[in-house]
Amino acid sequence: MSFPWAEQYRPTNPFMRWMDDRLPLPRLVYNSVGKGYPVPRNLNHFWNFGVLAGLALVLQIVTGIVLAMHFEASGAGAFASTEHIMRDVNQGWFLRYVHANGASMFFVVTYIHIFRGLYYGSYKAPREMVWMLGLVIFLLMMATAFMGYVLPWGQMSFWAAKVITGLFGAIPIVGEPIQTWLLGGYAPDQPTLTRFYSLHYLLPFVIAGVIILHIWALHIPGSGNPTGVDVKTPQDTVPFHPYYTAKDGFGAGLFLIALAILTFFLPNYLGHPVNYVPADPLSTPSHITPEWYFWPYYAILRAFTVDFILPAKLWGVLAMFASILLLFFLPWLDKSPVRSGRYRPRFRQFFWLLIIDIVVLGYCGGMPAEEPFVMISQVATIYYFAHFLVILPLLSMFERTLPLPNSISESVLDGEDAEAAPADLAGATPAQA
Amino acid sequence: MVRALGILVGLGFVAVTAWSLLWGVIAYVQDPPQESVEHHFHEEPRAASFSFDGPLGRFDRQQLQRGFQVYKEVCAACHGLGFVAFRDLHQLGYSEAEVRAIADQWPIQVPSINPETGEPATRKAIAADRFPSPYANETAARAANNNALPPDLSLIVKAREGGAPYIESLLTGYRNPPADLPAENRPSTGLYFNPYFANLNIAMPPPITADGQVTYAPGNPPATRRQMAHDVAAFLAWAAEPNQDSRKNAGLWTLIFLIFGTILAYLAYQNVWAGRKH
Repeated sequence: MSFPWAEQYRPTNPFMRWMDDRLPLPRLVYNSVGKGYPVPRNLNHFWNFGVLAGLALVLQIVTGIVLAMHFEASGAGAFASTEHIMRDVNQGWFLRYVHANGASMFFVVTYIHIFRGLYYGSYKAPREMVWMLGLVIFLLMMATAFMGYVLPWGQMSFWAAKVITGLFGAIPIVGEPIQTWLLGGYAPDQPTLTRFYSLHYLLPFVIAGVIILHIWALHIPGSGNPTGVDVKTPQDTVPFHPYYTAKDGFGAGLFLIALAILTFFLPNYLGHPVNYVPADPLSTPSHITPEWYFWPYYAILRAFTVDFILPAKLWGVLAMFASILLLFFLPWLDKSPVRSGRYRPRFRQFFWLLIIDIVVLGYCGGMPAEEPFVMISQVATIYYFAHFLVILPLLSMFERTLPLPNSISESVLDGEDAEAAPADLAGATPAQA
Repeated sequence: MVRALGILVGLGFVAVTAWSLLWGVIAYVQDPPQESVEHHFHEEPRAASFSFDGPLGRFDRQQLQRGFQVYKEVCAACHGLGFVAFRDLHQLGYSEAEVRAIADQWPIQVPSINPETGEPATRKAIAADRFPSPYANETAARAANNNALPPDLSLIVKAREGGAPYIESLLTGYRNPPADLPAENRPSTGLYFNPYFANLNIAMPPPITADGQVTYAPGNPPATRRQMAHDVAAFLAWAAEPNQDSRKNAGLWTLIFLIFGTILAYLAYQNVWAGRKH
């Protein structure tokens, strides 16, 4: 699962040799994130974000496990135990704020990771499985984040549970039984809270499992790169360690600084004040919104206001699910042989239009369902579907792409035959084939 | 094949959304949305600066003590503080003996049982108790307040858009309704006009009615209405998050540590990649 010139794992320590013969775990690490994994040398900083998402998951699991030691998943106790964590548990406020803002940061880095993939064509052959497994992780993340948001049992928690499970109620005939089954009753209550808690604890480990598959599938063809040109010679790659471990270390530092600024100085900036009011089934908040990372989908959901054969609500639900599920078909919708947006001038223009479109959708999703926000989100929804389902397929048929470089090293070395011998980093230079 | 199907499905979604948009535009043109009365008369909280604003801001204990005094003498008659314990008052600068005395003399007793008969009873508060609610339950609270429920104030600063400045504006925002306020938006019996409150009419009677309503100890600023509202808003900000100061202190040290570590990581990254074009 690597290039022929990949460095081989040769343990010198007798214990490591003994271990390698019995359980070659160090070999696995060496070949996955060590010297044994050759990576294109030209990755830019957008390639940091996969590792950062992994780091975010680890932070969520660690803080979450400790929070779970103090949390009480009961209708009467959930809100109070959250405050108990904030006030009485030693450094409990830190755990909870890291966990709440860590979820936001997890989505920030994941969205950048996904946009990286969209721009550089990371979803194209031979990396379709990497892309689709990534989407599975994304869906699991959304489910986990939603259920986690319900746990503190504040007003927005309760009404989010009601609204989101209500989406399933829009499905004809089976909708209402499904909603009742999901909630464990006719409205969010104790059974809802306990099952969400159970699943909220389970799903992160499922995510970790799918991440292993995601990385496994990635290591078959190896990482893509900003030119989209395949790796051809040893000149094109550097070993993952120390080159990308060092680069990811720097990225992780910036990530932690951003998380620390949110956690310590703006801990409630991304949250909603109403969630500091205990859940009250008899009082609907004037303005129900999900967390910011769901706003674009929420805007799509609410963009359908008029019945058209099917009820408007059902259209909204269909469109919302379709907006994510269509991404699974992306490798076959966009058949352009050129991967990277760098060599696709038209694609690039539409890509940036899509980014603006999603930001507009997000803005409208966070606003009340009033005009003109509904009309704006309808225009943005039209572009969203047109972009993926109409423009990309047509573009890949008609677009005239720019000439590709012959190889990664050619694009990096600007016509020089070879670079001066790099400083010797304790044998870290790539082995010659 | 996938592409042809995709285009078909895509045009379908585009058409249905455009249909909704068309009706939205027609409705918008024929009947443009009117600004609601609540929105028209509603006012944003006045800008107010607190000692604890920003990353370097910290609570002013003297102010918190004044704010606590206002809470005790004005708010506590109707509003509980159920997540705050008497022992937490140490943070305001009260000594242990003072905290015990405050708990012991608190006018509202805490629920208990009679140790002899097992009948429900009340006892004096101790430092470990949380501030008791003046009402036994929600029904009692509503019965005593014209069917309105005075909310617990433990989290009120975090639970309201606008935070402490909103509380300050609300407490001092009572006034006579403007002359052009439509009749259906005028406060009915038991309601009071307050433009800072979302629907303009609030069930809470004006709590701070006169300068000097609370007598501050010597050495404090004069107890004007504005000053009392400011102080109690600060106290409630503390009540909503007593750990705020230590959070910010920890944050500064964490940031210094992380920035130092990130600079090292950056230098390591530059060092590793030196001489290698990428």
